[in-house]
Amino acid sequence: MTAYELVCGMEVHAELKTNTKMFCGCKNDPFHAPQPNIYTCPVCLGMPGGLPVANNKAIEWTIKLGLALNCKINLFSHFDRKNYFYPDLAKGYQISQYDQPFCYDGKLETEMGTVRIRRIHLEEDTAKLQHKTINGEKVSLIDFNRSSVPLIEIVTEPDLITPEHAKAYGKALRQILRFLDIADCDMEQGGMRLEANVSIRPIGEKDLPNYKVELKNINSFRFLEKAVAFEVKRQAVVLEEGQTPVQETRGWDDDKGETYSQRVKEDAEDYRYFPDPDLPPLRFTEEQINAWCAELPELPAALKARWASEYSIDPKYAEVLSEDKDSAEWADQIFRKAADQQLNPNAIANAIVNKKVAASVGDSAEKVIAAFTELNKTESMDEGELSKIVAEVVTENVDAVAQYKAGKVQVLGFFMGQVQRKLGKKVDVQLVKAALEKVLNS
Amino acid sequence: MLNTLTLAQVLAKLKNKEISQQELLADLEKSSVQNEKLNVFLTMNEHMAKDSSALAESKLMGVPLAIKDNFCTSGIRTTASSTVLNTFIPQYDSTVTKRLKAAGGVIQGKTNMDAWAHGSSTETSQYGRTLNPRNPDHLPGGSSGGSAAAVAADMAIAAIGSETAGSIRQPSAWCGTVGLKPTYGRVSRYGVIAMASSTDSPGPITKTVEDAAILFNHIAGHDPYDGTSSTSPVEDYTAALGQPIKGLKIGVVYMDIPGLADVKSLFEPQLKVFEELGAHVEYAQAMDPNHSIGVYTVVQRAEVSSNLGRFTGVRYGDDRSHFGDEAKRRIMLGTYTLSKGYSDKYYLMAQKVRTLFLQDFTELFKKYDVLISLTSPGFAKKIGASEGSAMFGELEDMLVEPSSITGLPGINVPCYHDPKTNLSLGMNIMAPMWHESLMIKVADAFEKHTQWNPWRNAEKQ
Repeated sequence: MTAYELVCGMEVHAELKTNTKMFCGCKNDPFHAPQPNIYTCPVCLGMPGGLPVANNKAIEWTIKLGLALNCKINLFSHFDRKNYFYPDLAKGYQISQYDQPFCYDGKLETEMGTVRIRRIHLEEDTAKLQHKTINGEKVSLIDFNRSSVPLIEIVTEPDLITPEHAKAYGKALRQILRFLDIADCDMEQGGMRLEANVSIRPIGEKDLPNYKVELKNINSFRFLEKAVAFEVKRQAVVLEEGQTPVQETRGWDDDKGETYSQRVKEDAEDYRYFPDPDLPPLRFTEEQINAWCAELPELPAALKARWASEYSIDPKYAEVLSEDKDSAEWADQIFRKAADQQLNPNAIANAIVNKKVAASVGDSAEKVIAAFTELNKTESMDEGELSKIVAEVVTENVDAVAQYKAGKVQVLGFFMGQVQRKLGKKVDVQLVKAALEKVLNS
Repeated sequence: MLNTLTLAQVLAKLKNKEISQQELLADLEKSSVQNEKLNVFLTMNEHMAKDSSALAESKLMGVPLAIKDNFCTSGIRTTASSTVLNTFIPQYDSTVTKRLKAAGGVIQGKTNMDAWAHGSSTETSQYGRTLNPRNPDHLPGGSSGGSAAAVAADMAIAAIGSETAGSIRQPSAWCGTVGLKPTYGRVSRYGVIAMASSTDSPGPITKTVEDAAILFNHIAGHDPYDGTSSTSPVEDYTAALGQPIKGLKIGVVYMDIPGLADVKSLFEPQLKVFEELGAHVEYAQAMDPNHSIGVYTVVQRAEVSSNLGRFTGVRYGDDRSHFGDEAKRRIMLGTYTLSKGYSDKYYLMAQKVRTLFLQDFTELFKKYDVLISLTSPGFAKKIGASEGSAMFGELEDMLVEPSSITGLPGINVPCYHDPKTNLSLGMNIMAPMWHESLMIKVADAFEKHTQWNPWRNAEKQ
C-alpha cells in the first residue's frame, strides 16, 4: 500500500463578543437571550428599507486578531455581498468580505509546526434554524437573535500535517482569541465552528490533490482530530482502489466513530459577490494600525517564552496554565510572588498542574503559595537532625554495617527503614538514602 | 381653493390664521376626486385629520405631504407599487418621514410609482399607470410619477420622491413641477425600499424652488442609520433664495445629443435670462451621456438583483410570482452581470467608467459654478410609450444619468410651456457635491425671472 500524507487546511468561524451586532444596534447575546427574536430590528430582520451600519469595534478586533497572527493588514478594505437564498438569511445576501479581507498572509506557530494564515475576514452570522415537531406537526422555526452577529473567518493554507496538528492549531487559535478577549469561543453553542478541508497525497508528491473533502459542523477539537484521522484512512482506501474521493461535505458521527456524507458539491457555487453599496469602503492609516498593535496584550507565545526565561517554567506546565487568559494572568501573579519570596516558581507550577495543592483560578497568590509552602514543610528535613539520626542508626547496627561494607548493599533498605522510624515522619527517601550512603561509604 | 397654494403660502397663511388646517384639509379632500382618473395615490392616511390637528404649533404646522410609496411609513401600507408588498404595513418610519413628522408634517398618502422604482413612466406600477395631470393623454414620467402628478394636479401641497437616475427630475420636467435631487448621502436612505443603493437619493417634489428648499431643510443631514449618509454640514437652504447670481459661471452641456433637435430651439432662448441677471453662460463639452446609460444599466441591475433577494414572501409580503416583467428582466440582467467570469467584464468595467464621469465633472466644475442641461430630451411621452421598450427609462433619463451615477445634486425647474399640449419642458441645474445651495440659488432666480412656473404666475396675478 502507498504511504500517504495529509493535506489539510482549516476554516474557523468565531462570533465576536461585541456589545451590539455587526450592522445594527441590537444586543449581541444570542446564547443567553431569554426568548427567541427579541434582539431584532428592521436591519437584522431584513425588512424593506433596512440599512447596515458597520460596527467599528468589530472591525478593530478583527484587525487586532490579524496583528496577533502576524498578518498583513489591508489599508483599503470593504464589505461585499454574498448572494444566496436560505431561510436563515434575512436579506437574501450575507454581508461578508471577498477580495479585500482586513487581514492576510499571517502565521501561527504551534508546537507541531507553523500554520500559515491565508486571510481573516469579517462577516455577519445568519439567523438560527430549528426543526421541531410541535403538536405533531413538523415545523421549522427561525430565531433572528443571532442574525447579523459579528463573525470572523480565519482561513489557513493547507499546512496541517497530522490530525493532532489540526487539533493543536485549533486550540492555539482559540487561546489567542481568548487572550485578546474578543470571542468566547463556546463550541457547544456554535460560538466557534471548525471546518477542515481534507485530502491526502502519496508522500513525496508536491502538487495539491485534485479533490477535497470538507469536514463541517464539528463542535470539539477532539472530534476534529478523530474526524481528520478517519478521513485519512477512508480516503486512502478509495485511492488504493484507483478512484478519487468524492468532492463533498462530510460530518462526524461520534457514536459510530466515522464521517458521513452531508452534501455533494457538483459545482462551485456562484455567490455573485460585489462590493456592498450600503457600506462605504474603509481606509486605515499606518498610524492607526500601529496604535492597535501597541494595544495588543501579551500573547500566549510571548507569555510562555517569558515564563521560561524568567521563571524556568517547564513548557508542559506552561501549556496547561496558559490555556486561557484568566488562568494565565493568575499563574503569572503566583510566579512573580513566588520568585519574590525566593521560592521555585516551577515547583509551584508542578504542584498546581499535578494537583498537589488544591488551587483553582481566582485563588489569591498568597493562598496558593501558602498551600505550597505547607506541602513542602512536611517533606522538609533539617539536615542536622537527619545526620544525627543516621549516625545513631549506624552506631547501633555495627553488624549490618559490616555486611554492607562486605558488598551486601541490600541492607541499605534496612538502614533506611530504621532512619525513617526514628524520624517519625515520611520524608524524601532520596535525601535519607544520600545521607546514609555518605556515612556508610566513608 | 387652498390646495392650489404653495407650501410657503400655506405656512404663511396658517401662521397668520388667514386659513385653518380644517379648511386646507377640506380643499385637499375635494381635490382628491381627481384620483379616480389620474391614479396618483395608492393609499391614503386615514388618520390625517387627527395627525394634523395636533401639530398647529410646529414648523410644518400639520401640512399634509404626499409620500412616494417606497418610503416605509409606520402603520401605513407601503408597496413600492408592487403587489409583492400588497399587504405590507411597515412597523417603522423611514428617516425622511420620521423627520418630516418631527417637523410637524403629516402624511397625506402614498403615491404611485413604477414598481420598485423601475422605470420612468409609472407604467410598470402593478396598480395601474398614473396620468399626467397637465394632459391625461400623456405620461407623468417616473419613477416618482405619482408624487409629481399629485403636486401638478394640486392634489398635494408638496411631495417627497426619490431618485436613482432621473426619478425626481424627469417626472418633475414632464409634469411641470420643481424636483430637487440632493447629493447622494445628503438625505438618508434608511427606510426607503432600496432600488440601486449606490445612487438612491430621496428629495422633494414641489410647486416652487422655495418649497423645495423648505422641505429639503427638514430632510437633509446626517443619519446614523445610514452608513452612506454624509456628515458634511447642512445649511439653511432657504437662505439661497432671492440671492443675486451676478458673476456666476454657467456651463451648458449635452446640447449636441442627437434627438434634441425638436426642443433645442425652445430651450436655448431660455438661457438668456441668466445673462440678463449678470451670469456668464457658455457651452461646455462634457463626457458623452450615452456612456452613462451603460454604466447605469449595469450597476443598477446588479444592485437590484441583490436588493430584491429579500422579497421571498417567507416572512412578509406575497411570493415572488408577483414580480412584474420589468422587475424580472432587471433581476435576470443583474444576476447575469454579477456572475463569475462576467462581473469583471460588466460590473467592474461600469465602475471604472463611473470614475471617468466623476473626473470629467471635477474638471468641469473647476471652470463652472453650475452646469445646465435639459432634464429630458423632450416633452412627456404619450400613454403606452414605455410598453415593449425595455430601455425606455434609460433613454428618457439620459441627460440626468451622468449626474446620478456620480452622486451630484440637480434640480429641475419648468423652462418652457407649450400652450397647445399644456406640457412643459424642464431645465436641469447641476452643482458640485454638497453645493445644493448654489443650484437652488440659480433655480430660484430662473423661476422668479421667467414666466414658466404656473404657481408663480398665479401669485403675480
